[in-house]
Amino acid sequence: MSDKVLMKGNEALAEAAIMAGCRHYFGYPITPQTEVAAYMSKRMPKINGVFLQAESEIAAINMVIGVASTGKRVMTSSSSPGISLKSEGISYLAGCDLPALIVNVQRGGPGLGGIQPSQADYFHATRGAGHGDFHLLVLAPASVQEMVNLTFKAFDLAEKYRMPAMILSDGTMGQMMEPVSLDAGEIHEYDKSWALTGTKCERKPNIINSLCLQPEELERLNVERYERYKIVERDEVMYEEYMMDDADVCIVAFGVAARVSQNAIDKARAAGIKVGMIRPITLWPFPKKVLLDTADRVKAFISVELSMGQLIEDIELATRCKKPVLLCSRVGGMIPSTDNVLDKIKEADKIGGAN
Amino acid sequence: MTNQILIAGFGGQGILFAGKFLAYEGLLEDKEVSWLPSYGPEMRGGTANCSVILSDTKVGSPIVSEPDILIAMNLPSLDKYENDTVAGGKIFVDSSLISKKVARTDVDAYYIPATAMASDNNLTGLANMIMLGYLIKKTGIIPFENIDRALAKVVPARKQDLLGLNKTALELGYNYEG
Repeated sequence: MSDKVLMKGNEALAEAAIMAGCRHYFGYPITPQTEVAAYMSKRMPKINGVFLQAESEIAAINMVIGVASTGKRVMTSSSSPGISLKSEGISYLAGCDLPALIVNVQRGGPGLGGIQPSQADYFHATRGAGHGDFHLLVLAPASVQEMVNLTFKAFDLAEKYRMPAMILSDGTMGQMMEPVSLDAGEIHEYDKSWALTGTKCERKPNIINSLCLQPEELERLNVERYERYKIVERDEVMYEEYMMDDADVCIVAFGVAARVSQNAIDKARAAGIKVGMIRPITLWPFPKKVLLDTADRVKAFISVELSMGQLIEDIELATRCKKPVLLCSRVGGMIPSTDNVLDKIKEADKIGGAN
Repeated sequence: MTNQILIAGFGGQGILFAGKFLAYEGLLEDKEVSWLPSYGPEMRGGTANCSVILSDTKVGSPIVSEPDILIAMNLPSLDKYENDTVAGGKIFVDSSLISKKVARTDVDAYYIPATAMASDNNLTGLANMIMLGYLIKKTGIIPFENIDRALAKVVPARKQDLLGLNKTALELGYNYEG
């Protein structure tokens, strides 16, 4: 018997954040994310941490900015409509170069949408999480274990590069239970001489601010930030390959879509179709290089997603449209079935002319 | 070996709890497991269902759309999922709530008046565990000897007084001669 426990994705993520040293949580309940807040409300008071149910999502993200300014690990979580409300604050976090964790347990949209699983905030997370030129680190768990591992990773990368990180999860990952091992892993110490900790009259005050009225200076800050992003894109890309060695068709999918795709691949393989999967774990930085390399040896890609064709754009960009990219998607809280994906695999396999 | 189990009924029948018990049993047997509930307003008095997968290999999709074991605890659930059950699968029916018989001839159907048995034995609310006891007997997917371990995991510490009742319910189902 293993030392694993059975936990809901949302609860495992919350416990992982605590184990990663997070002692400040600000949030507001919303399905299907509420278990994160509920768990924090039980645990934080017992470990001298702070759980605060803010009056709104906007208030919560601004509290996150406050704690992040002191260099402490801090997080908020919500689901799609609530994340929209946090967008302004996320942009301020980026503009202030502050590390923080934002968790989005996605539901169907737009607007209030529904409460069933979705991946329709892909563009929001990878492109438009707020105004201005900036990126979020975006990590996409595909199991409860990854809800844990990627929470550690997100805090670590956020501090390493002084930028906000997002866990882009969905209702399925949040609500499902799987065996999980809660090994904390090593917590790295990064330079935090920038943090607002009180000068004690021993050093010059630090200033954390996103307002900069000098165009030359603001340009410099943007350019420097993008120099850092280049390093992230070079060093921090994460993905997993499944049955790619001899694949003629390559599925690209993350989160629950990757789980369904795995079943479809197993079925297709049993029928003699050579199909595999590249599962992006970091959505930003996106695994561009491996996809471009793969484009030379497969005949088609399939984007399996719970959105109307968002991930597919990054696949087409990364592969420079060298090969056809088919779309297999369900939206509104629906999830593609194994057979939906299998049908698309068969369609892709009929495309002639592998290199 | 992979078992795709779908448990379905009304909110309040302990559908999710029953699934959690099975998932823990699987975990304690060193199987790969997943548990996925329906969630949201449908749970608040409407239909509730729960996907449980027990497997010797890594679990792919946690969604059970073609169960090989279906537990139906109300008529809408049987109507909805009977045809999704794979050929050769097993359907367990709470016959005190569902008078209809399983129409499929390519599956094994098992009937147990679990809700009536629960109220006759002062186990109101534990029809779910009576169903599970019967299921364990008829499928052998998990060893009955180990029910104590999994019960200790799923019954919260503040409700340990209910442990014995859950066990009685499981035994009642296990020993049912239908």
